[in-house]
Amino acid sequence: MNVPLTHLLTLAGGLFFIGIWCAVTRRNLIMVMLGIEIMLNAAALAFVGASLRWQQMEGQAVALFVLAIAAAEVSVGLALIICIYRRYRTLDPAKVQ
Amino acid sequence: MTLYSLLFYLLAIIILASTVMAVTRRNLVHAIIYLVVSFFGSAMLFYLLGAPFLAAIEVIIYAGAIMILFLFIVMMIDVDRHKERLFPIRQCLPAIIFGLVYAAVGLMVTFGHSGSKASMPIAVATPNAFGRFVFEHHWLAVEIVSLLLLVALIGALYLGRLKIEKSAAAGKETP
Repeated sequence: MNVPLTHLLTLAGGLFFIGIWCAVTRRNLIMVMLGIEIMLNAAALAFVGASLRWQQMEGQAVALFVLAIAAAEVSVGLALIICIYRRYRTLDPAKVQ
Repeated sequence: MTLYSLLFYLLAIIILASTVMAVTRRNLVHAIIYLVVSFFGSAMLFYLLGAPFLAAIEVIIYAGAIMILFLFIVMMIDVDRHKERLFPIRQCLPAIIFGLVYAAVGLMVTFGHSGSKASMPIAVATPNAFGRFVFEHHWLAVEIVSLLLLVALIGALYLGRLKIEKSAAAGKETP
């Protein structure tokens, strides 16, 4: 594999930037959660690339834990979104007080 | 340019394009489907980077479970989808600030370290070796993560149940 780690980190950085942009600018709670998912995925990608570069399996282990944390965060976050929608009838975070 | 690097750049283009398409969609269902494509691309990239177990987990958990959960929620909640303004001006300022700070730190980390310029070797961590490594060196973290998943399960159940009990009580009171 003749790709330097720099290119993989650039890809992960671009993904993370898209995730931040989505989470900060979109006015919809579901899209905010999607942005957080994109950011977590980018972090896992960077960890796996670093684990390949230095031939250590620690990075892959951390990526596994990142996946588990993403699953936990999504379940609680979506339950919260359901609660917010039932109470306020909207998903716009600016209208929730 | 070898086959591996060609595959890498192809997958990178697919992932970035589908993620940008997902972020800019107005219709939530379309956004989630684009994101599933992006996660499939990430799974193939994991396979290319020598992590076949993580690739399988990515497909099963991310594309399979999490995105389908999102799809269920979107279909449960009838969102007024045409009212939202995409990327309003007021929220672009914090996004630009976040983006600039993050881009500066990212460039420093990416290009400042000399070890990141060497090309990556080809290696595969078999699921057998990976599982052995995780349970030998990180067993405590595995226990903590399993406890976290249990707490998340209980929390989600509690958040979902609260309203039903209330509405049941309200239903008893009204007749």
